[in-house]
This record gives sequence, C-alpha cells and structure tokens, in this order.
Amino acid sequence: MASKLSGILAAAKAEGRAALIGYLPAGFPSVDGGIRAVGALIEGGCDIVEIGLPHSDPVLDGPTIQTADDIALRGGVRIKDVLRTVQEVAAAHPAAAVLVMTYWNPVDRYGVARFAADLAAAGGAGCILPDLPVEESVEWRKAAEEHGLDTVFVVAPSSKDRRLAEVTAAGSGFVYAAAVMGVTGSRAQVGDLAEDLVARTRATTELPVCVGLGVSTREQAAQVAGFADGVIVGSAFVQRILDADGDEGAALAAVRELAGELAQGVRRS
Amino acid sequence: MSEKSENPSAGPERDHLPGTEVPDARGYFGAYGGRFIPEALVAAVEQVAEEYEKAKSDPAFAAELDALLKDYTGRPSPLTDVRRFSAEAGGARILLKREDLNHTGSHKINNVLGQALLTRRMGKTRIIAETGAGQHGVATATACALFGFDCTIYMGEVDTQRQALNVARMRMLGAEVVSVTSGSRTLKDAINEAFRDWVANVDSTHYLFGTVAGPHPFPMMVRDFHRVIGIEARQQVLDRTGRLPDAVVACVGGGSNAMGIFHEFIPDAGVRLIGCEAAGEGAETPRHAATLTKGDPGVLHGSRTYVLQDEDGQTIESHSISAGLDYPGVGPEHAWLKDTGRAEYRPVTDDAAMQALRLLSRTEGIIPAIESAHALAGALELGRELGPGATVLVSLSGRGDKDMHTAAEYFGLYDEPGAGSAHGGK
Ligand SMILES: Cc1ncc(COP(=O)(O)O)c(C=O)c1O
Repeated sequence: MASKLSGILAAAKAEGRAALIGYLPAGFPSVDGGIRAVGALIEGGCDIVEIGLPHSDPVLDGPTIQTADDIALRGGVRIKDVLRTVQEVAAAHPAAAVLVMTYWNPVDRYGVARFAADLAAAGGAGCILPDLPVEESVEWRKAAEEHGLDTVFVVAPSSKDRRLAEVTAAGSGFVYAAAVMGVTGSRAQVGDLAEDLVARTRATTELPVCVGLGVSTREQAAQVAGFADGVIVGSAFVQRILDADGDEGAALAAVRELAGELAQGVRRS
Repeated sequence: MSEKSENPSAGPERDHLPGTEVPDARGYFGAYGGRFIPEALVAAVEQVAEEYEKAKSDPAFAAELDALLKDYTGRPSPLTDVRRFSAEAGGARILLKREDLNHTGSHKINNVLGQALLTRRMGKTRIIAETGAGQHGVATATACALFGFDCTIYMGEVDTQRQALNVARMRMLGAEVVSVTSGSRTLKDAINEAFRDWVANVDSTHYLFGTVAGPHPFPMMVRDFHRVIGIEARQQVLDRTGRLPDAVVACVGGGSNAMGIFHEFIPDAGVRLIGCEAAGEGAETPRHAATLTKGDPGVLHGSRTYVLQDEDGQTIESHSISAGLDYPGVGPEHAWLKDTGRAEYRPVTDDAAMQALRLLSRTEGIIPAIESAHALAGALELGRELGPGATVLVSLSGRGDKDMHTAAEYFGLYDEPGAGSAHGGK
C-alpha cells in the first residue's frame, strides 16, 4: 500500500511540480503557537510538514534552529507536546502529511516501539532521524513498518555511490538529499553539489528525492524544483517567527506569506 | 607503544577474560558504543577507521609515534612513591603514574600525537578539537604547531574563564580558540560546536577527538593511544614492588586517562579498577557530573553510553569544579566495564578533590590538576578501606598550573587588598 507521503509526492509530480516541505520545531514559540504556525505553513502551500522535536544538543542545527529549540525547551516542551502538535495538525489538515524530525536519543529514551505507536496514533506519517545512520536503524525500522510509518533517510554530498544504494534501500517515503555539507541554516546559494547528489541518488532508487539545507527563497525553491521532487525549507520559517518578536499575528502572516512564495517557486521551474 | 614485555617479572599468569577483545567490528563494547552520526560524517569517520587500521599494522607508524613519545613527550613517565601522602591513606602504599610530567602537562598528548600522525596520513591540513580543561586543546595546538596544521579549538565560555591560562597557551601556539556560548557553555557544547564545524569542513579537516567517547572508532583508537600509560605503569609497579597493585584509580571525565591506565590490567582479575567521577556539590544534589553513578543508557555525541538525561532524553547539564570532568556523558567502554562489574565507579565531590589537591601539594610538593585530584581523593578513601599493606596505583593525569586561579579562590590564596593574607583557606 502506498503511504500517504508517497501519495502526496506522486500527486505533485503528476501536476508537473515539486512538493513543498516545511519544517518548524514543536513548542516554538509555545506549544499552541507552534500548532498554529505549522497550520499556517500548510495553509500557505506546504504539502508536507516536518515537526521538529526540540533537543538539548542539536548538533546538526545552525544558530537559527538552535535558538528555536532553546525557546521551546525553556518553555517546557515535552515529547507528549510534540505528539499533540502532530495530532492537532494532522486532524486539522487531513490532506497534508505530518512527519517528525528528531535526534535519536529522545526516541530511544521514550521507547522505540512506544514512540512509533504513539506517532502513528497521532496521525503522523513517518520520521526523519538525522543522527541515526542505516546501520543503527534496524529496531526503529521494524517498529515503523509495524505502524505504517515511513522512515526518511538523509543522504549527503559526501555519500559515496555504494553507500547511497545502502541508504536508499533502507528508506521509504522519500530520500532527503542535503544540499550542502553543513548544518541547517539559510544560505545565499544552494550548493551546486545538490544537483549532482540528486542524480547520483536517483540512480539507486525509485523513491522521490527531496532537497533541503539552505533553501530559503522563491528563487532557490524554483531552482531546486528544476531537478528534485521536493523542496525542504526550515530555518527560513523559523527566522520569520523570530523576526516577529513575539507578535503572533505577524509571525503567522509572515510564515504563511513565505510558504506562498515558496509554493510559487516549486511550480515555476 | 611496545607490546607486553617478555620480562620474567611480567607478573602472575593472567586470566584471559572473555570480552577483552572489544569493541566488535561495529564499535560495540557489549551494548555500548556504535556510531550514531549524521550521514554527512559517515565517509569521514570510515576514513579515520580505515586509516587507523592501516596505521596499526604499519611499523613505520609505530616507530614514528614511539620516537615522538620518547623524545618529544618525555616518556616513559615516572612512577612516584608518595610516602607522606600515603600516611593519610590508612597506610596503604600509593604510587603515582606521573602523566603530569609529560610535555604540555597531561596525558592528553599521547592521543594527540597518534591522531596527528593519522591526520598527516589522511592528507588533511586542518585540525579541530574540543577542550574542557584546556589540556586537550593545548596538546592539540602543540601538535598542530609541530606538524604545521591549521588549528581551531572549541571551548565552552565557562571553561575559557576558569582555564584562562590554557586559552593563552593555545593562542601562543598559534591556534584559534572559539568560545562557545550555546547550552551549558562547557565541554558538551564545545563538542557540539566541533561536530558542526566538522560537518561543514570535513574534506580538509580532522576532528581530533580528545577522549574515549564519540562514534566508533574514537573510543577504541583513543584508548589504544593511551594504553601506553598502563603498559608502562604495570611493569613499573612490578619492578618496584614485586607484585601487581591491589587497585588502579583514575579520574573519569570522558574516561581517556582511566581507559589508558586500566586497559593493561583488565585481564589481571585480582586488580580492582576504580574510576572517580566528579560529584560536584554531591551526587545526591542536582549539581554533579557523576554520569555512571547517576545516568542512564542513551545516545550522546555519537555513541550509546551512560548519559545524564531527563525522561525525554534531553541531556541534563553537568556541574563540577573541574572543567575536564564537567561532562554529562562518558566513554562507552566504561559503561561496559561498569555493567560487567570489571570496574567500579565512585563519585568524588568538589570539596574532597580540593582537599586532596592541597594534601598532595603540601605533603609531596606536587600540585595536581583538579581532575587528577578526584582520583587522589578516591585513592585516599580506598587506602583507608584496604589498610596497610595494600598498594594503590593512581593516574596523576595532569598538573595543576592551569587550576591555580580556581584553587586560589577556593582556598583564599590571593592577598585581599587592604586585608592580611589568609593562606589557610577553607
Ligand atoms: C589532567 C586531566 N585529567 C583528566 C581529564 C579528563 O579527561 P579523561 O576522562 O578523558 O581522561 C582532563 C580533561 O581535560 C584533564 O585535563
């Protein structure tokens, strides 16, 4: 059975465009404010959303998402709040797919089977686990499969071709191709490594390949949509909320507007 | 790094304990270790592992490292009988393995020189490292000066303040020191920042990890580079006393000096191995760094090990007067030694460590690092338990120069302007 994620990506492809995937951490700027913000991403045009599980040690995140994680954790966000965010967003936006993006230790600590069960029960479509390489992922994948969750693996410009084949064989839903070597955060240019990585990845899999890391503008989205099946944007949304400086109305308007621009970008390639 | 000596005084026949051949091919010590890293680092970490395997079987590598350890570091480091200090330890005989006398002032140089040679073999030109007490940073900056590598050291802002002397040393040696202001602004966050740098610069850069933690092969490789401590010390104790010690004691932050001195003794079933963790204000308070005593298994900085964490898997900030022990994780091999019962881990408070620091200074004329003072405090306690006739080998992992500011504040050693001096302290 095709997953919800595959269905959405296939539908975008049928429309001759790339899918738009937006990221925000849960609990940022507050649990309920975060739920509204993710809702605004979808209303603005995101097909898929990734809800971040804020972590004390976000080793793969740049300063923008680190700041958001800090705000969320200082606000007391818990795993149960992340799951509630998934549940409320999924219930309010049945056409969108809701993923969780999390470092591994919170899942490990919560209990692998329990997390998979609770995420599926909340209406989540799957997980991205950026510090869980394929070799360490057997237990998680078993639990995810049992609960009908997709596991999206990340590939990087440094991944050799043989390695790409191993990674893509283990994943489902789509493949997350990191556009640059580095942590999350907006960049002036989407690296030229991205297009090559997408091509090398496609040679190993039928799965859609979506590109993230550093994408923040309509123009970049259009450029990436020219060679990838989906465009992933995170830090740029977080930055809009930080810039609104506590004014929730302004924050929601800003992320909705950005999602709208990016949605035009993915249709313009 | 000579192999076991053929010397007839090599001591009692040793049991071959099952499991001393760890880690396995995936980097696991029992349930601990492994490789929890982002895909972007997989190729680089595999390169380190492959290059290390090649280097291990290359006699030229061993010869070059041995020469550096001898002529640059000053190995073998001496073994010192500390009789006046021992008098406070219930009459047990305490022997210090003097890693404080190595060039740069701690054990850290053993691992750094090994990895510096490896960096050159890999054709990389830039080294990054984390540091807590600054000793690993100083050793790394030293090797980069010697080999001509670019060097960037990440250090938590709290630690740049309490170990300011070492910040100056690193800069004198030509390294860039980045003060890390995220999170708890200590060692954990310095490691996070070093990983972020590595992901972005992995083509040119080797991350010269400073302890027996991190993803495979670091726990194994860093241990191997420090094994020289235990290999030398075991023979020195046998030569000096005619028998093996009753116990080997070392402080444990990430656990590198402890693994280095423990490893050679693991098959000696009669020798107790005791790691001293920083208990800060007390292991029963929230302000400590006693990871093996109070933590739970989880994943931090690339490996499965004990971690100070909450119910949601968020890391809890650690606290210790000693920057080098102020870390909420620990090397996976220690987690395994704890679970198998082969080693014991004890918490030592700030106060106990500081008292031991002063005692060694005043009875032996040796000012230890605050990290090492945790092991000394553990040895005093253990000596009193074991009583006269017992021999306790202690890893004196570093010297205390860097800690004089902290010690001066703790004991009131600075002249107060306008007041008489109060050199007695607490
Ligand atoms: C003198 C000294 N001993 C011990 C340590 C702790 O490290 P490890 O537990 O890896 O030996 C440090 C770390 O900075 C140190 O400087």
